[in-house]
Amino acid sequence: MEYIQGIIILIGINLIAVLGLSILTGFTGLFSFGHGGFMAIGAYVCAIFVARLHQPFALAILAGALSAGLVSVVIGRLTLKLKGDYFCIATMGFGEAVRIILNNVNYVGGARGWESLPKLTTVWLTLALDLVFVVVTWNIINSRQGRNMVAAREEELAAQMAGIDVFKSKMIALVISAVFAGVAGALMAQYMQFLRPTMFNMTKSTDLTIMVIFGGLGSISGSILGTILLVSLPELFRDFAQWRLVFYGLAVIVIMVGRPQGLMGGLELTPSGIRRAVAARSARRELAAADKAEAAE
Amino acid sequence: MSGADPRPGAAQAVPVLELRGLTKRFGGLAAVNDVSFAIREGGISGLIGPNGAGKTTIFNLITGVYKVSAGSILFKGSPITDLEPYRIADLGVTRTFQNIRLFKNLSARDNVLTACHMSARYGLAEAILRLPRYRREEKALAVKADGLLEIMGLADRADLTANNLPYGLQRRLEITRALALDPTLLLLDEPAAGMNPDETEQLMLLISDIRKRFGLSVLVIEHHMDLIMGVCEHIHVLNFGCSLADGDPAVVAGDPKVVEAYLGQEDER
Repeated sequence: MEYIQGIIILIGINLIAVLGLSILTGFTGLFSFGHGGFMAIGAYVCAIFVARLHQPFALAILAGALSAGLVSVVIGRLTLKLKGDYFCIATMGFGEAVRIILNNVNYVGGARGWESLPKLTTVWLTLALDLVFVVVTWNIINSRQGRNMVAAREEELAAQMAGIDVFKSKMIALVISAVFAGVAGALMAQYMQFLRPTMFNMTKSTDLTIMVIFGGLGSISGSILGTILLVSLPELFRDFAQWRLVFYGLAVIVIMVGRPQGLMGGLELTPSGIRRAVAARSARRELAAADKAEAAE
Repeated sequence: MSGADPRPGAAQAVPVLELRGLTKRFGGLAAVNDVSFAIREGGISGLIGPNGAGKTTIFNLITGVYKVSAGSILFKGSPITDLEPYRIADLGVTRTFQNIRLFKNLSARDNVLTACHMSARYGLAEAILRLPRYRREEKALAVKADGLLEIMGLADRADLTANNLPYGLQRRLEITRALALDPTLLLLDEPAAGMNPDETEQLMLLISDIRKRFGLSVLVIEHHMDLIMGVCEHIHVLNFGCSLADGDPAVVAGDPKVVEAYLGQEDER
């Protein structure tokens, strides 16, 4: 039972970070390989508030989230004007920089790590926060600010011609994703009870991005599915020892080859989402039939 | 309205758009060289010229995509020369593109809905908490988007992904999206490109219709001479980045310099 709970908590924690990244990568079209860095900031700030300053957990989570958000504003100012791949490389550099700085701060344990933190993250807290963050993500995407992000992803120039401040939209997406990652990091610190900078290395960052892509860019339900599958998959195959990573890789490759848009790519598992997908499909068919009839004439 | 001139009736004297000595250099090449012209409020004007004359460059300068090298652009009497593109769009100048730029993976409705965003004022926190203002304004945006789609004859295709629309309707959707901003000035970059004469004719009617219905001024770049001569009240001709002629369609069409630019010089042996 303990074990199952552990997996649920891990899924729940990762889900929060993945939802944030889904807004940034899936909806705004900015790929990040440095969100482990924002998680690290959330985790360490939270741990400092709990273990060193003896503050309540809720305040510590908030502090972790806000710190990650503040750092992201600075990072965004420096990097969001970069195009495409350059932004991606800059985030990668940021993630590594955070890790290496933490390696050298003895106040938080340095490279050796920081042990015996109190365990405050419970399964119910995690699930409750998941619910909150899913709703928040959903509401953001279905607002004008969310649509502006999607417009920036789809066609930046046209978005500007539609009066959208593309830089601001990207900034909002980045800050939201960093805050989400900060919360996830905070929960992680108080669940694992120890912190080590390598926990937030580039592999962690790419894992998060893979979950977003696997689930499907531009889909919240996809991100949820992707997180559940990719966090639990290695656990299911735990008996196969090192083979589990092969299965993990294989699953990612099969999805990328068989369904490049990801499990849910752009679609949502909601009644209206399904209705829309069906309506679009039938309209497409009708159109194709009309074209064929026209060609036959 | 701009407050530049308090006299009644003076507003009509201020052109909706005025270019003064507009110049754009790419390295040593002057793509647009000292071009000046003005567009009257409420009219349809044409911008024509052979390939490479600098027409699209002028659109890019007006909309802030390119930075101006010299000269100035006045919108309703106030300069917009160094503004960010989205600010210029907010002021009421928007455009369509020669090579259609829709939000390809979004439905036709979402394309228009996205561009309606300036009509709503709610903040992100209000959206997250779904406060009354969010609900009210979102409802109004949906009504506005559906209304525009209806007017433009796209209502029955509203749920189709923009990418899956036939070419002609994609052009139409791009114009619809531009109208969602409630623009004062609409710039159309070769709206009839790739259209057959029948579709071009329809487009002409559509342009005059939306001009009247929405009370906007239109500046159109076009190669289809019948479209230009059919709808424009005023034409400006460019050649190699310089102004060549300016005036009524009939006058411009008869101008020997224009004929020469398009057809080449008559052989004088």
